[in-house]
Amino acid sequence: MTGMISTGGRKVMSSLFVALCTLSVLIALVPLAFVLFFVISEGVQALNFDFFTKMPKPVGETGGGMANAIVGTLMVTGLGSMFAIPIGIMSGVYMSEYAGTRFASLVRFAADTLNGVPSIVIGVFVYGIAVLPFKQFSALAGGLALGVMMIPIIARTTEELLLLVPGTMREGALALGATHARAVFSVVLPAALPGIVTGVVLALARIAGETAPLLFTAFSNRYFTTSLRQPIGTLTVMVFTYAISPYKDWHRQAWAGALVLVSIVLLCSLLARFATRKIEGLHSN
Amino acid sequence: MLQTAVPLPSPAAVPSLPVAPAPAPDTAAKITASGLDFYYGPRRVLEQITLQMRRNEVTALIGPSGCGKSTFLRTLNRMNDIVPGARVEGSVVLDGRDIYAAAVDVVDLRRRVGMVFQKSNPFPKSIFDNVAYGLRINRMTRSREDLEGRVEASLRSAALWDEVKDRLHTSALALSGGQQQRLCIARALAVEPEVLLMDEPASALDPIATQRIEELIYQLKSRYTIVIVTHNMQQAARVSDVTAFFWLGRLVETGLTTKIFTAPAQKLTEDYITGRFG
Ligand SMILES: Nc1ncnc2c1ncn2[C@@H]1O[C@H](COP(=O)(O)OP(=O)(O)OP(=O)(O)O)[C@@H](O)[C@H]1O
Ligand SMILES: [Mg+2]
Repeated sequence: MTGMISTGGRKVMSSLFVALCTLSVLIALVPLAFVLFFVISEGVQALNFDFFTKMPKPVGETGGGMANAIVGTLMVTGLGSMFAIPIGIMSGVYMSEYAGTRFASLVRFAADTLNGVPSIVIGVFVYGIAVLPFKQFSALAGGLALGVMMIPIIARTTEELLLLVPGTMREGALALGATHARAVFSVVLPAALPGIVTGVVLALARIAGETAPLLFTAFSNRYFTTSLRQPIGTLTVMVFTYAISPYKDWHRQAWAGALVLVSIVLLCSLLARFATRKIEGLHSN
Repeated sequence: MLQTAVPLPSPAAVPSLPVAPAPAPDTAAKITASGLDFYYGPRRVLEQITLQMRRNEVTALIGPSGCGKSTFLRTLNRMNDIVPGARVEGSVVLDGRDIYAAAVDVVDLRRRVGMVFQKSNPFPKSIFDNVAYGLRINRMTRSREDLEGRVEASLRSAALWDEVKDRLHTSALALSGGQQQRLCIARALAVEPEVLLMDEPASALDPIATQRIEELIYQLKSRYTIVIVTHNMQQAARVSDVTAFFWLGRLVETGLTTKIFTAPAQKLTEDYITGRFG
């Protein structure tokens, strides 16, 4: 045969290929390493106890913290989850249970489209429906924007995980006299639950770091509030505002905020991995 | 025995009685399929199946892969209803009622006609909750003690109680394959079915676990009507009273197991059970 490469040549090709792959991985990891390095080195210097417990100081004064924004971030992500988790899971159940139908394909297409919509557009949309009519920025509007972003992620994860549950599980329930709905909610959904939890946590990690959809929904607030109907400060928006300010001390606090945000995301990912390991344990038999 | 539990009086003994005795009730058919056709979409996979399955007997369904044994079994508890495009013609009569009649409650039917699947399919719940599942969804218990009692009784019936009594609240998925299959049998027995359908219940098990399942089937026979699909000829010969041989969607021959395995009427049956094909 022509074009055949000698054994030695093949070995060289193979090593070359492995080397290329390794190089690509390294290049991909460089930005992550740099981001983590800067955030951690700058953030650790800037972070102190005050950051968690004190309120922002008036413009020009140094010190203070972002207690209000930490609470704000927890509130808007919590609000978002509160309506995105049930709606997302139910849509996922619908898509997997009626997988063959037109409407299910439509929902799937809608979810994928929504997933790809830039977050700023979602912000504008929620501004239109939840801010303009009340002439008021609010934590509720912020939560709504984040929730809208979470729904498609949760719905698609739920759908995919439900489809992974062996059909024999559902048949087992039906054979015992369960109705369709009963079989889904008492057997199939619980079987997929650890994976769904992972999906929810990853969705949380993703939206906890969003700034754009909050800019004109939750807006920002330098004062402490837990009111749903008031504008509320969040870590991401605070980091944004502080980072583009001319003040040195605000830059320091922006780094601290960034570190806290990255830690939250990292923590979520770890939690997700933990839950995933649990579901793998369930299926390994 | 198949035909008569009550021995027929000899004509000489009762010359004055012209009336034939009514068939003894405990040998009557529990489920009867008549003229059953089954379609997956346009494709017919069962053709004119007529078969009686009697109380307190084990009916074995044998035949080469793809001949429609599972499909037939699943028409008996309407499990095929969930397959899109599946269609049944003919009738399946359970205790005198057609289970495909419009008024039939499928959920109740499935409680009465229990099913054990080829691959054990315990729910990812505790052993206790697996067995209690059917009791709970069918609201069959009055109290916690009642529930516990029935779970224990079912596990005993499935010859699993002694192995699991100390870990009822641990995951069912940690059981061995044979134990999982017996758990599925216990789960099916818990809802007090009248008929037990088993689709190759021992095909994934080692010889010892298989033997336990076979012993179990033998014990359960006195309380249930059992229909079992198996690829294992020795197993069919050991556990069943009646054997039905399916081939390409048709019922070729049915009769007493002893007869089918010693003197089959059809050449096809003989070829199959002697392993000449299939
Ligand atoms: N859900 C389905 N949709 C379409 N065709 C099916 C479906 N299930 C089974 N069939 C077809 O119906 C025929 C009978 O299948 P069935 O599963 O009843 O056979 P079987 O006798 O149980 O075989 P095996 O011994 O391999 O389990 C086969 O040709 C199979 O391909
Ligand atoms: Mg089969």
